[in-house]
Amino acid sequence: MVSIFDIFGKDKEPKSASVAKERLKVIVAHERRARNAPDYLPALQNDIMAVIRKYVDIDPEQLQIDLNEEGNFSVLEVNVNLPK
Amino acid sequence: MATILVVTSGKGGVGKTTTSAAVSMGLAMAGHKTVVVDFDIGLRNLDIIMNCERRVVFDFVNVIQGEASLNQALIKDKRCSDLYILPASQTRDKDALTKEGVKQVLDQLSEQFEYIVCDSPAGIEHGALMAMYYADTAIVVTNPEVSSVRDSDRILGILQSKSRRAETNDTPVKEHLLVTRFDPARVAKGEMLSIDDIEEILAVPLLGVIPESQAVLNASNSGNPVILDSKSDAGQAYSDTVERLLGKELPHRFLEAQKKGLFQRVFGG
Repeated sequence: MVSIFDIFGKDKEPKSASVAKERLKVIVAHERRARNAPDYLPALQNDIMAVIRKYVDIDPEQLQIDLNEEGNFSVLEVNVNLPK
Repeated sequence: MATILVVTSGKGGVGKTTTSAAVSMGLAMAGHKTVVVDFDIGLRNLDIIMNCERRVVFDFVNVIQGEASLNQALIKDKRCSDLYILPASQTRDKDALTKEGVKQVLDQLSEQFEYIVCDSPAGIEHGALMAMYYADTAIVVTNPEVSSVRDSDRILGILQSKSRRAETNDTPVKEHLLVTRFDPARVAKGEMLSIDDIEEILAVPLLGVIPESQAVLNASNSGNPVILDSKSDAGQAYSDTVERLLGKELPHRFLEAQKKGLFQRVFGG
């Protein structure tokens, strides 16, 4: 219900429920992918991380790997953000 | 053959035991012979919610380990003759539940009952896995809150991969979403996830919505499942939930905030 204080209020920030929904959609999608991924994926991610770190010092969150099903094969997507 | 129904959630404190008590009482009052089993070994609480805490002599673990017969451990409800309670052990730990032991007890219960309601402990450890393993149907209890929704999704994943039905490629466990502690006034203000939001994220059919209600604490204080408080919003919402579980199509109630007076509308609050 919109009250007089809301109409004249200055709060234009997104409502907390929509923030919650967006955060949940992202994390749930991420966790579902991880759940369905093969067991070796975390180990593979660690090995790729170790190889990159031999050359460039990056944080763990700068490396993202995803395995996506595409019909009868899977695509391994590796995203690495290198510092300038 | 009995229907095995697990009440689960992942997160603690969302209303699993309240729901187990209400749903089992509702099924029994509808004439279906029902037993409600507490799987929370070490932290039993279904007995106190059902007001039979002083009548517990033997428990689930005693039956599994052959120290008591099933009929010695079953407690007959004093309000409804079709309802029985199988309490959890207070002294053992959750590892006392084995797949074989649980199967043995559930098979025996299947001979006597139409519905076996399994009240799961919180978490995703052994006790929770045992409670869901043999389920035909799952009620996933979720609060409109980020950690509860996330944990519910996790539990759904486990039902889909680690239950007996999943492991043996049987038809999947039938999943139902039950949203509890729902506050439509806060949804209207944009402060709480709506039912549509939760359904969209979890993608599970909605079985019921239980409004945030003072009746729930009053019910547990006195040990009467809230479904018996037929004047209360939560009691009526649980009655609807049980009817839907039994196949009746009913519109969802208590989704809209109570209309406010002019004073509240102008000045908010």
